[in-house]
Amino acid sequence: MEAIILQILNGLDKGSAYALIALGLTLIFGTLGVVNFAHGALFMLGAFCAVTLSRLLSLAHVTVDPTRKDFLGNPLKVETPYVHEWFGPETGAAIIEWSVPLSILFAIPIMIVVGLAMERGLIKHFYKRPHADQILVTFGLAIVLQEIVKFYYGANPIPTPAPSAFAGSFDFGAMIGLDPGSIIYPYWRLIYFAFAAVMIAAVFAFLQFTTFGMVVRAGMADRETVGLLGINIDKRFTIMFAIAACVAGLAGVMYTPINSPNYHMGMDFLVLSFVVVVVGGMGSLGGAVLAGFLLGVLESFASMTEVLELIPGINQIIIYLVAIVVLLTRPRGLMGRKGVMEQ
Amino acid sequence: MLNLDKSDLRLFLLVAAALVLAPFILNPFPEGSNLAQFNAGYPDLMQRLVIFGIFAIGFNILFGLTGYLSFGHAAFLGVGSYAAIWMMKLLTMNVIPAIVVSIIVAGIFAALVGFISLRRSGIYFSILTLAFAQMSYSLAYSVLTPITGGETGLQPKINDPRILDAPLLDGATPTAGLFGIDMRASWQLSVGDWLFTFNFGYYFAAVVMLIAFYVSMRIFRSPFGMMLRAVKTNQNRLNYTGVNTRPYTLTAFIISGMYAGLAGGLLVAMDTQVGADRMFWTASGEVVLMTILGGAGTLIGPVLGAGFIKYMENVVSKINETVLHQWFYWLPDGLEDFVVSVIYPFVGKGWHLTLGLMFMAVVIFLPGGLMEGLRRLTQGRKKKADEKTGGAVATPAE
Repeated sequence: MEAIILQILNGLDKGSAYALIALGLTLIFGTLGVVNFAHGALFMLGAFCAVTLSRLLSLAHVTVDPTRKDFLGNPLKVETPYVHEWFGPETGAAIIEWSVPLSILFAIPIMIVVGLAMERGLIKHFYKRPHADQILVTFGLAIVLQEIVKFYYGANPIPTPAPSAFAGSFDFGAMIGLDPGSIIYPYWRLIYFAFAAVMIAAVFAFLQFTTFGMVVRAGMADRETVGLLGINIDKRFTIMFAIAACVAGLAGVMYTPINSPNYHMGMDFLVLSFVVVVVGGMGSLGGAVLAGFLLGVLESFASMTEVLELIPGINQIIIYLVAIVVLLTRPRGLMGRKGVMEQ
Repeated sequence: MLNLDKSDLRLFLLVAAALVLAPFILNPFPEGSNLAQFNAGYPDLMQRLVIFGIFAIGFNILFGLTGYLSFGHAAFLGVGSYAAIWMMKLLTMNVIPAIVVSIIVAGIFAALVGFISLRRSGIYFSILTLAFAQMSYSLAYSVLTPITGGETGLQPKINDPRILDAPLLDGATPTAGLFGIDMRASWQLSVGDWLFTFNFGYYFAAVVMLIAFYVSMRIFRSPFGMMLRAVKTNQNRLNYTGVNTRPYTLTAFIISGMYAGLAGGLLVAMDTQVGADRMFWTASGEVVLMTILGGAGTLIGPVLGAGFIKYMENVVSKINETVLHQWFYWLPDGLEDFVVSVIYPFVGKGWHLTLGLMFMAVVIFLPGGLMEGLRRLTQGRKKKADEKTGGAVATPAE
């Protein structure tokens, strides 16, 4: 029992990331009809927004303190981050420590601008081109973005810790009445899951309960008619693209404490997220979210030692296996609509 | 001759001549000069150009003719490589059995993957092939370590059985060869400042590529090739006329997998070691790139694309900051630093950035690849004349 709950919990954080990326992919595909291979790069850009902000915040100027000596006897050089000066040492230290959550505010405008630029500058010209061309051009863009990040940040993972208030773990088992110590779970993973749930709910609510969302849904169902009604549907779809970019970016921001960001993290997630989209059903938002969590949890079950003893190596391939089985038995995916990309 | 029509024969002879003369063509700059780093006439690179040419020719039979975009072709290359290295470990260091077995094994594997993947088309097909390739890659790294050597990879060892070979002399290392001729055997010709290297391994690979190119030519011109093109143009219509397209696409998939296996086997024949990283999906992406860059669906395009990318990879990644400063020494100091700092991200380790940009540019502006560009250049004038006289629109070349 404990083992099962633990594995479900372990799968949630990865599942959340899959679900958020897959949600964005599906949004883009559903609105613009474009297969975006650069979506993983947006996830990675989000993560590096967090890295950038934490570096910006720790920018410091060096002053020489003649009253204190370092171990060589020279006057001690003291680095004072600018935020310490502006907000006082305590608030300053707190700001630096909370840089990852603060990065959300920092990342939103950046991701929206990146998304808008990408859609208007590149994707716009590929609406009518074959899917193969869309895949190829966005694949090229992903390489470019990845290499730019690599040039400025290097190839090594950059540790970006969570605020120390959330750094530890807590005893989940004791909370739900099992033996204390049986299920130890890090705070940040739970926060990531909650964050993902809020984001997903927000996107769904936005589509369901606002006029803007209603128009977008109408456009997804029949773009031409909505256009004939005098609504500028292209503009709204562009905004949806920016929102999808934003969702991927924020997923990346919050993921940094779980896994130190490196330049190829986007591609690693992208391949899996595509599998997730296909399993969930191309064009189905609910399917993308469901499949994301499902595959995340499945992956974590497959890496249990008991399972690995039974079928060695299964944790490496379980997601692909599921995808192959689903595609062959139910081509439109778990929750795909009839007739959408069933070929 | 050779059952080819006139223009095909001309192309074939041109390729053959280029392959034979490659050590001269690729070495235009004298040794020791500033431009010597642009020379590509050294054995290692020439072998790579040819081998990846074969890989791209094979990929083009699938993608260029049927339009099925496989994102997992590196898996076949990897499987072929593993098969070849095992032949070298168990049977003999002669490359013939290694290459034959690598083709067969890759073909069988392709039949398996193709049988499943070809049930879907479009993006689903791409994802399925990608999934299979990633599965092979992960398995090669983890569970299959006894067969694949995991992270360390495989290379022939001195105490491997090699039942057909005579036991090695003391201190000798196993080297790949063809009936006793070492693949690494080279012969150098020095003319003035120029130094040309003729490598046996390269010529062996070149002959194999010529055969591979000929076969692909025959496939392009055959009724079977016509059928594949029909699949690309309109599969629905074919289905309505009662044609079952699956056997055709599956055959194309297997042939293209066998080409990849052949390339993998040759890679091992030239450099006797294998690692799982040649199955990673970036390797699959690279062959897609080569084919697109050269021109998918054209005969010679993929070879040009492969050659172009491998050449650029070698040359561009060798350029570093010192070289750049040497080039722009004639500029005023401030401007020199500025120019160097602008170019620097694109060369050396930043080669992939250039590659990505090039790739995007080709897909955006030249969907037909280099061949399309050439055609536009040569036909531009003709077309203008046609427009003036109101002549018929030029038919697209193959």
